[in-house]
Amino acid sequence: MQYRLCRGVLFIVVLAFTSNLFALVAPEIGSGADVSARLAKLEQQTADAKSSADNAWMLTSAALVLMMTGPGLALFYGGLVRKKNVLSTMMQSFAMMALISVLWAICGYSLAFGPGSSFIGNLQHLFLRGVTLQPEPDYSATIPHQTFMIYQLMFAIITPALITGAFAERMKFSAMALFMVLWAFLVYDPMAHMVWGKGGLLNAALGGRFPTLDFAGGTVVHVTSGVSALVCALYLGKRVGYPNEAMPPHSVVLSFVGACMLWVGWFGFNAGSALSAGTLATSAFVATHLGSAAAAIGWVAVEWLRNGKPSTLGAISGSVAGLVAITPAAGFVGPMSALVIGFVAGVVCYLMVAKVKAKFGYDDSLDAFGVHGAGGTLGAMLTGVFASSVINPIFKDANGNALPSGMIQGNFHQVLNQLVGVAIAWTLAIVGTFIILKIVDATIGLRVTTEHEIQGLDLSQHGEEGYYWEVST
Amino acid sequence: MLRMIVSGEKGDMTKIEAIIQTSKLEPVKNALHEIGVEGMTVIEVRGHGRQKGHTEVYRGREYTVDLIPKIKVEMVVADNMVEKIERAIIGAAQTGKIGDGKIFLSRIDEAIRIRNDERGDNAL
Repeated sequence: MQYRLCRGVLFIVVLAFTSNLFALVAPEIGSGADVSARLAKLEQQTADAKSSADNAWMLTSAALVLMMTGPGLALFYGGLVRKKNVLSTMMQSFAMMALISVLWAICGYSLAFGPGSSFIGNLQHLFLRGVTLQPEPDYSATIPHQTFMIYQLMFAIITPALITGAFAERMKFSAMALFMVLWAFLVYDPMAHMVWGKGGLLNAALGGRFPTLDFAGGTVVHVTSGVSALVCALYLGKRVGYPNEAMPPHSVVLSFVGACMLWVGWFGFNAGSALSAGTLATSAFVATHLGSAAAAIGWVAVEWLRNGKPSTLGAISGSVAGLVAITPAAGFVGPMSALVIGFVAGVVCYLMVAKVKAKFGYDDSLDAFGVHGAGGTLGAMLTGVFASSVINPIFKDANGNALPSGMIQGNFHQVLNQLVGVAIAWTLAIVGTFIILKIVDATIGLRVTTEHEIQGLDLSQHGEEGYYWEVST
Repeated sequence: MLRMIVSGEKGDMTKIEAIIQTSKLEPVKNALHEIGVEGMTVIEVRGHGRQKGHTEVYRGREYTVDLIPKIKVEMVVADNMVEKIERAIIGAAQTGKIGDGKIFLSRIDEAIRIRNDERGDNAL
């Protein structure tokens, strides 16, 4: 009896459900005439879904790249200085997060990505005019223009922050702020425009005169910051007591945490540079990871052979060097090429930091040049060697067929193009930075007084201490 | 009892305590190494004499820091070294401004090396 009742109820439920379904579908089948309208709607929905997916990844990437500066780089650099300078060092990175963001919204984005000349953008996007929630097809067809803008901002933030490692522990905060503002206009914006901007001289994706392959900023970010860092270190001179006094990192623990955050954040930096959530992002992600891993091994291996011990600081420095070198290459090279690039970068950057710096005696305090300048240059050149059209068919013939990308594929010319890109980045960084240093030196002065330097910049510049002393009660 | 007689040089040792600027530790250490001082104990201390402190501001609240970080270098030496050491410390740590620090001397009755129970200035 109960069984029957159940069956009866079930029957009614099933009937009700199917008839409902039919009611939903039936009218559309009935009016078959507007199939094309439905198809268009479906296409729109698919495009929207793809756009949402890409946008989700790009917003995540933007946040990851911001995390590289703060707290990543701030911790990495903060741990490397003496404890009397920990706050001032972290503050220099944080100041970029505030300062460059405001500049970017006012005119920085326009100068970098507005369609201008071969060298710099115009003022079309002044105050973010025209930077809407619709895509800008030339840069990224599937994400809002504002997403692209905010993502690019995070690069503009970390690049000057990297330079601070060269003049750590001795530059006035005011001078640093003025220097960075001028540097953003004179060096970063033009370089970003040349490589990534519409009409840029070196833009590989949009038909530049010398197409330089730079997926995520090997020249734009690392060569410019690293070389500028060297100019700063040479111009400012050594810290009081360098190199006779020991100035070891006050907390490798902080640096360790910072470096690990850099590694994670770099996935946003490189895989995000695909500007979409597709397969290219995966390829860049994998190359990034393997490059970093191989570089950590490369650095530690040489260090172990030379000093007898594998150090923690060596391991994390190596991984950062690998991330730097793989930055232009990720998105163009396969996993095995990434291993090679990373390993070579680990070895070369170690030698730059441990041998070359000591030989020439400049005080690149936190090795901004040794890691970013050298690693960036190396990575940019090796990109010309290892780039593969299988990973990313960036060059195409008139019929849309992929042309060879790098030297190994037979495109020997690409190494020359990379050289042009690197040479322009070096020149711009050297000349631009030197001029800016002269200006700042002549107006407000660059260095703190010897007395303030000895006291430490935390107290003399900011009136604070990183580790306030109190008696436990 | 026997040991006390053997060690007979009681009282010819001096403890030198030098309170110096933190930034002068390296120069002082180097100067002391140069004149052959083999051992020292270094302590991070806080305090003040006539030197004024400074203020720090955290979210608008002012804190006066009047206990200034200093370095205290302590060593016990044979008397004939004392004057040389004084000169070396002053030469390396003097800037001529308030806050350079002070040196204190006091007599030491006995020194004992824990490893082998050696006594007197042999134990230094």
